[in-house]
Parts: sequence; C-alpha cells; structure tokens
Amino acid sequence: MSTPVIPAPRRAADDPLLDVRDLVVRYGPVTAVDRVSFTLEAGETLALNGPSGCGKSSTVSAVLQLRRPDAGEVRFEGRELTALTERELRPLRPRMQPVFQDPYGSLSPRHRIRDAVAEPLRVQGRWDDANGPARVAELLDRVGLDPAHGDRFPHELSGGQCQRAGIARALVSEPRLLVLDEPVSALDPSVRAGVLNLLAGLQEELGLAYLFICHDQAVVRHFADRTIDMRNGRIVRG
Amino acid sequence: MTAAPPDTDALLSVRGLGISLHEVPVVNGLTFDVHAREVLAVVGESGAGKSLTARALLGAAPRGARVTGSVRLRRPPGSYDELVGAPAAARTALHGRRTALVPQDALSALSPVHPVGDQLAAAVRSVARVSRTEARARAVAALDRVGIADAARKARAYPHEYSGGMRQRAVIAMATINEPDLLIADEPTTALDPDLQEQVLRVLGEQREAVGAALVLVTHDLGTVRDHADRVLVMYAGRQVEQGPARRVLDRPAAPYTAGLLASLPPGEPGGRGGRRRLPTIPGAPPAFDRLPPGCAFAPRCPLADDRCRREEPRPRTAGDGHEVSCHRPEDVPHPATELFLERSV
Repeated sequence: MSTPVIPAPRRAADDPLLDVRDLVVRYGPVTAVDRVSFTLEAGETLALNGPSGCGKSSTVSAVLQLRRPDAGEVRFEGRELTALTERELRPLRPRMQPVFQDPYGSLSPRHRIRDAVAEPLRVQGRWDDANGPARVAELLDRVGLDPAHGDRFPHELSGGQCQRAGIARALVSEPRLLVLDEPVSALDPSVRAGVLNLLAGLQEELGLAYLFICHDQAVVRHFADRTIDMRNGRIVRG
Repeated sequence: MTAAPPDTDALLSVRGLGISLHEVPVVNGLTFDVHAREVLAVVGESGAGKSLTARALLGAAPRGARVTGSVRLRRPPGSYDELVGAPAAARTALHGRRTALVPQDALSALSPVHPVGDQLAAAVRSVARVSRTEARARAVAALDRVGIADAARKARAYPHEYSGGMRQRAVIAMATINEPDLLIADEPTTALDPDLQEQVLRVLGEQREAVGAALVLVTHDLGTVRDHADRVLVMYAGRQVEQGPARRVLDRPAAPYTAGLLASLPPGEPGGRGGRRRLPTIPGAPPAFDRLPPGCAFAPRCPLADDRCRREEPRPRTAGDGHEVSCHRPEDVPHPATELFLERSV
C-alpha cells in the first residue's frame, strides 16, 4: 500500500469513525430523514433497515455528502463534514466510498475493468505510472479476480465478478468507510455468499467500517454487528 | 431423454426439451410435467437456461433458437396441442388464451402510449367476442381484483402513472384476465423492491387460485420456492439437476449442486463479528455453453466428483417418491452440506 496523502485527522483515540447527530434531509415539504443519530466504529458493520422510502438512501447520501443535509452533524474521522466547503471535502471523499447494487450499472460499459479500478486515482490526481498498474493488479487479486479480468469490459464479466471489480474500485482510494447499498441483492445465492465472505475478510484485514443497506434479513443477521430500524425518516429501534 | 412417455394427466408435459441458440446447444433433455393448478418452480443461477425454457413453454422461443423434443399442452377431452414444431399461428392462438406470461419487467411489458385499462380490454377482445363496454368493465374488475384502489380511475391512467408495485399487479391482471390454464412467471418480482416482492407473489397466488391456473415460476430465490411452490425443478447449465416436491428437495437435496445452493444461504443467525464466520460457496463459475465439460456439467465445481462424473453424463434417476436426481453420487451428499462447500481460503 502506498502512504495516504491525506493528513492525519485530528481525532481523539476513542472517537467513533463516524458520528451522525440529528441528521435532517428535506425534499421540499417532505422530511425524508428526521433527526437521525448513530455512530460507527472502525471495523464495525452497521445495517440500516426499513421499507423503501423510509429514508435509508437519503441518510447514506447525506453521510457521504452527496446531498448536503439540511441540519445535523456528520463527524467523520473527527471532522465535521457539514461545515466543510466542497473544496475542503475533496481530500476526504476518497476515505468514504460507496458500493452499489447494480454491478453492471456502476461500472462504465466502455472502460476496461483495469481502467475502471484505476479511475478514482486518476481523478484524485494520485495516479502514478510506476506503481499504479501494480496497485490495480494487487487489488484485482485481493478481490478474487484474475489478472486477465482486468483487460475485459463489464459485460464480459458475470454479476459477481463485476461486483468484485466495484469493490476493488472502492478500495483503490484506501477508504476507511464503505457504504454498501444492497451490494449483493442482484446476485445468485452462492455468488452472494462469496461476495459477503470477501467483504468480511476485507473488513478483518483493513479495519473497514461498513454502513450496510440490505433487504434480506437473513443476510443482515449474518453480516451486521448492529442494526438500526428506520420508518418514515426516523429511527424506531437501534 | 428417452425416458417416460408424455403424462396424459398432466396439463403440460415436457419431454426431452432441447433449445439451441445460434447452433449452440443451451437447454438439453428437460423432462417434466405440470399438473392442473400446480405451482412448479424452476430454479438455478443466472444463465442456467431458465428464461429460455419459460419462453419455449409459451411457444415463444427467441429468434435464432431451435427447439427440439416435445411440449404438450393438454386440451380438455383427452387430446393435446404440441407446441414444438407447431406453426406460429397455432402457437399464437394458444398464447393469451390458454397460456399467459407474467413478465419480469412490467414497464416494458405494457405499452407506454395506451391507458392500462385499454390494454387489458384489448387483451379481452383478442380472445372473446364482447362489446367494448363489456371488455372495459372486465378490465376494471381485473384491476380491482389485484388490489388496485379506485380501479375505474386507474384504468384510464398510463403505465408511467403507476408505481412499480401497481404496474406488476396490472401485468398480473393482464395475464389472468382471460383465465388461462397455465401461467408462466419469469422472475416476476426481481425488478421490484424487496418489500413489494412478497405482496406481488401473494397477489399472483390469489389470482392463480381464482382462475384455476397452473403456474411455472422461474426464480433464483430459494425462499420463494419454499413459500410458493408445490414442486421444484433445479437447472444447471441448461440441464435438469433435480426435481421433486419443493419441501423435500429443499430439506433433503439429492444433488450436490442443490445442496451447495442451499448451503450458501445465510443461516439466519449472527455470523460472528462482521459475518466473519464464512458462508459456504460453490467454487468456480458455471461453464460457457460452447465449452461444456464432458460428463456431468457440474463436475468441475463439485466436491464429490470422481472419474465417472467427469466422463459420463448422469441420467435422471429416482431419489424417492416423485423425487428425481441427475447425479452419479447422490447417496454421498451430506445433510446439511455446509462442510462440503466451506471455502478452504478466501
């Protein structure tokens, strides 16, 4: 692994990695997220549970600052993200990465897998011709793909292989937090088990924190350390 | 398969069904029956040939497909319609009247430029000589039956004005409106939010009961099989792996492939911190249809495979009452098969 270029965060040792307090997201007159609070430690998996429209996805969008919350705090690695400008956020964004449900839809059909995995580094201006290719190869191997898969396009891979490529792409920025939005819902049972095993292994090895959205309760029980239940934008349990 | 003659009691009798796509054999030797009012689930991983099979049952194999074998749909007085090799006009005549499809993607199954009620009414008038008013009334009644509130008003709305769950209900209404004998549902809930899946399967079950149809339910969800099917057919690489009563197959699978699929389901209990107790998986990936291995198609991934499995394709044989398996070593499959499929390294 190369050294992270991000300056060490000012952070007390016992602060949680992510501390969300009284988060509010509104769409016009609708309050999608209504004073939601939770914490997440490094190496921990927290599941957000609830029916569609309950505010799970709005919550994770606000945590990732993809949509700025209307009120509340999102402290990540000791920094209050809601107070930061877009420019100040930019060096922090690589440290929180999303992995989406649709493995094909989240990879560009026109990029080879190798380039899709490298792209975040290029965008962040951290690509380096000397070490970059080796780093991509190492990640593909780590997520259980062959070096040959790197030369292929998404449509030439199976759903499970694409999801593994999506995970490699999320990992290339050396994140501390992965937001997993239905990451295995589109997969067949055995393939799903393999991806869950991979995520569990990565968490163990890298101390990643996972914010996990999944509708399958058996998967949630197996995979999550803690669960919070949401209804109508509020936490009802957890 | 040269096995059993067609079952004259069965509503649908499939014998040795083979489907090639652009000269590549995909589906091979499928033999099964569906009885009146029965629910048969067809399960298997993506690319196992489930959807292709479903389309062949409707006499609607895609362009470039060559269908062999026999698919017979019983006609009331002891005769039958053979779908394989029948002229297109004869197949079309059955479709919509005796058989109907509940599609995976309701949005693309409905026309965006006509109100939903008009589409249902057109479906009625395609098979019955009734007035427009009568067809309309039936359309509204059908929407009402699938639980669409304010059906008369909703019948005048366009598909884009429906929510995803309502659209799926509307296509169920469309599939059942002419009271077919056989419904084919191809992953009818996959495109839906998981919260709606159970609801839609319930509506499909109710409508199936109401019109007295049999159902072939294509799914990759083993939970759906347990809750909604009488019998199950497991497919792998276009072959039948195992078939029998749903509960029996799920509780005591005779084929290593089925056992592996079941073992890979999360057990519904905490998996240790962060799910670190590993789930069993089936190693490797399904073969490409133009590169099928000799012998059993599953052998390269099967922890029990021996020389015979790699040499000789297994024929279906009985594994108990109404339970049939295509495997050389079903007696060696442990229950549960968790240990057999635990990953040696992640």
